[in-house]
Amino acid sequence: MRHIISILLENESGALSRVSGLFSARGYNIESLTVAPTEDPSMSRMTIVTSGSDDVIEQITKQLNKLIEVVKVVDLSEAAHIERELMLIKVRATGKDREEMKRVADIFRGRILDVTEGTYTIELTGTGSKLDAFIKAIEASAILETVRTGACGISRGERILRV
Amino acid sequence: MRNPGAESLTGAEILVRCLHEENVEYVFGYPGGAVLYIYDELFKQDKVKHVLVRHEQGAAHAADGYSRASNKIGVCLVTSGPGVTNAVTGIATAYMDSIPMVVITGQVPTHAIGLDAFQEVDAVGITRPCVKHNILVKDVRDLAPSIKKAFHIARTGRPGPVLVDVPKDVTAASCAFEYPETLRLRSYNPAGKGHPGQIKKAAQMLLGAKCPMVYSGGGVILSDAAPQLTRLVRMLGFPCTNTLMGLGGYPATDPQFLGMLGMHGTYEANMAMQHCDVLLAVGARFDDRVIGNPAHFGEVPRKIIHIDIDPSSISKRVRVDVPIVGDVREVLDDLIKMLEASRDKPDPKALKAWWERIGQWRSKDCLRYDHVSKIIKPQAVVERLWEVTKGDAIVTSDVGQHQMWVAQLYKFDKPRRWINSGGLGTMGFGLPAAMGAQFANPGSTVVCVTGEASFQMCIQELSTCRQYHLPLKIVCLNNRYMGMVRQWQEFFHGNRYSESYLDALPDFVKLVESYGHVGMRIEKPADIEPALKEAFSRKDQLVFMDFITDQTENVFPMVPGGKGISEMILAEEL
Ligand SMILES: Cc1cc2nc3c(=O)[nH]c(=O)nc-3n(C[C@H](O)[C@H](O)[C@H](O)COP(=O)(O)OP(=O)(O)OC[C@H]3O[C@@H](n4cnc5c(N)ncnc54)[C@H](O)[C@@H]3O)c2cc1C
Ligand SMILES: Cc1ncc(C[n+]2csc(CCOP(=O)(O)OP(=O)(O)O)c2C)c(N)n1
Ligand SMILES: [Mg+2]
Repeated sequence: MRHIISILLENESGALSRVSGLFSARGYNIESLTVAPTEDPSMSRMTIVTSGSDDVIEQITKQLNKLIEVVKVVDLSEAAHIERELMLIKVRATGKDREEMKRVADIFRGRILDVTEGTYTIELTGTGSKLDAFIKAIEASAILETVRTGACGISRGERILRV
Repeated sequence: MRNPGAESLTGAEILVRCLHEENVEYVFGYPGGAVLYIYDELFKQDKVKHVLVRHEQGAAHAADGYSRASNKIGVCLVTSGPGVTNAVTGIATAYMDSIPMVVITGQVPTHAIGLDAFQEVDAVGITRPCVKHNILVKDVRDLAPSIKKAFHIARTGRPGPVLVDVPKDVTAASCAFEYPETLRLRSYNPAGKGHPGQIKKAAQMLLGAKCPMVYSGGGVILSDAAPQLTRLVRMLGFPCTNTLMGLGGYPATDPQFLGMLGMHGTYEANMAMQHCDVLLAVGARFDDRVIGNPAHFGEVPRKIIHIDIDPSSISKRVRVDVPIVGDVREVLDDLIKMLEASRDKPDPKALKAWWERIGQWRSKDCLRYDHVSKIIKPQAVVERLWEVTKGDAIVTSDVGQHQMWVAQLYKFDKPRRWINSGGLGTMGFGLPAAMGAQFANPGSTVVCVTGEASFQMCIQELSTCRQYHLPLKIVCLNNRYMGMVRQWQEFFHGNRYSESYLDALPDFVKLVESYGHVGMRIEKPADIEPALKEAFSRKDQLVFMDFITDQTENVFPMVPGGKGISEMILAEEL
């Protein structure tokens, strides 16, 4: 099963490699990993999308908690949560396809950030599957470049992750 | 707050002062360019004594052995680059067995880091998977807090080695020195007491058991909880087994002790482990060499209570019913109190029937061997060693058959007497670990039981033993084979002894003599005891005893890889 794990950790050099090293050394999957400092600059928040059986996910959270720099770990997928990913995509947009591309971007609530005679650069946010759906919806040969942040997530309601 | 009146010291001075603050007696190390300022400061004082080893692997093992034999923190100091890489085996050895240790490594100057400087290696990167934590100190002002943190993390919670990497310019730079008295780590709060509700559940489960079993491991030794464990097992009247790392946690000469369990455990311990209905696991981690095939182990429905300080040890390989996260000593204290307060007692009839079953398993006498052989049987040497030392020595070992025979036959009644590499299984561990153990216990008898292959992996430390007059007694069970490898080749690879015969062995007697020690060669069973007596009477000398043993002897029982623990090969079945 797919899980979204949120981690608060000390914003110190080396902390990231400790986390990624743990995943590779113990053979855990990483689908995506994002990290940036929080409002408290001494702390970073990391979101890891991983998959595994319940036993494996239990070990992942326990092993993460063991790392000295890790302050808190939660599995967001245990409760209602919001997940978002950002994608920037550059597409070929010429001739009659140009209008069609804009229409599809609008349907997906994408924003065109940059325009040239032959291209659009579009910003899209949403769940990973929404971004996948956009890629499917347009002509594959029109895609020039994509870049995705990987998911970040937060719990719904009153549930919060902080120290 | 930094104290404005604090004196200004160089990083090297600060480092040595930190060692004073931590009451470090010995540093096991080897000098080199990156640590010259530190060595200079060591030279100027005599509070911390430096032990010069002959290879950095030896430094790490000696610090580790010191720690295991004393529960003080072993400290080791090596230079950058090859100094660090040489020490890695020793660091990983300590890590796998959860041994507290602080490793200080020199590093190239901060401005040279990342430029492929002379003797530069990413020490923090290379050791990350085999330390509890590591720290690169980039600013002299962080040095004292980092050392404080290293000692704190190494000794608390599930212990382990911590490495502090100190660039050369940091040891030369100065700042005000103040050793922090306290340490606040928001991200690190190891467990202490166990959850009372869980302990209560455990107590009820134990009292309701018909076929109970207590299985304890290295956690009991690490938390100095042998008295608590012994008390608990005796008050309940339950059988008890120890892992290789847990030996000495419960007195081996006690009738309630079933011996070690696992791959080379006794028949009775493995059968009782498999067939019990309630299992109390104490500071043990259900290792693959202990429970064999987990699916086979899981075929028998038993309730499991697991006490461990590290939540990740719990339900890792085997699902447990009552997890108790906490320090063994504290949890056992609470459990004992609860059991004492309870009016219930374990069912005496059920227990009697269970002991009868165990008695039948015991009567297999699974460790017996040929007592009339004309060639020295290795087991006989270990049994005579136990008699001659009155079971009272600190015994280190290397890795192989000889290690298993000591574990099976030297009956350890007390903790911290049995010092071996279980998790990593590092050949070469025995001699340097014995040095560390002797430094920690200057008045005690320290024996290293080794094999002729293992011994050659850190043989250079004989020179260190000479320099510091360490009167170790070395028992070499010389079978001219990598015996443990040969045994697997005999059982599982059609007797093809690929590269496991040791050709061109040195004359060990002459070799140790050249280091200034005493050597003996023993070839007849009748000479075992007189030789041991003679060796142990030489109180001030290192004596190496080269016992020429039966080349074909195997370690039994044996659980082959992938089999269940009750599926043992016994001696008679071959
Ligand atoms: C050739 C060879 C053969 C071997 N054969 C066997 C064999 O037959 N039988 C056998 O048992 N082993 C055998 N081993 C050793 C095996 O590989 C493991 O090292 C060993 O079984 C692990 O022991 P343990 O479970 O006690 O765990 P340890 O590695 O000692 O771990 C200790 C556990 O206690 C916990 N702990 C630490 N401190 C505390 C505390 N204060 N409070 C609570 N918990 C704490 C830790 O978190 C950890 O889970 C063999 C090794 C070799 C090299
Ligand atoms: C550093 C290292 N290399 C290889 C091994 C694999 N190994 C395990 S036991 C063994 C043989 C040990 O031979 P010896 O020291 O003579 O002991 P014996 O088994 O004969 O008693 C080997 C090679 C190991 N454990 N450690
Ligand atoms: Mg041998």
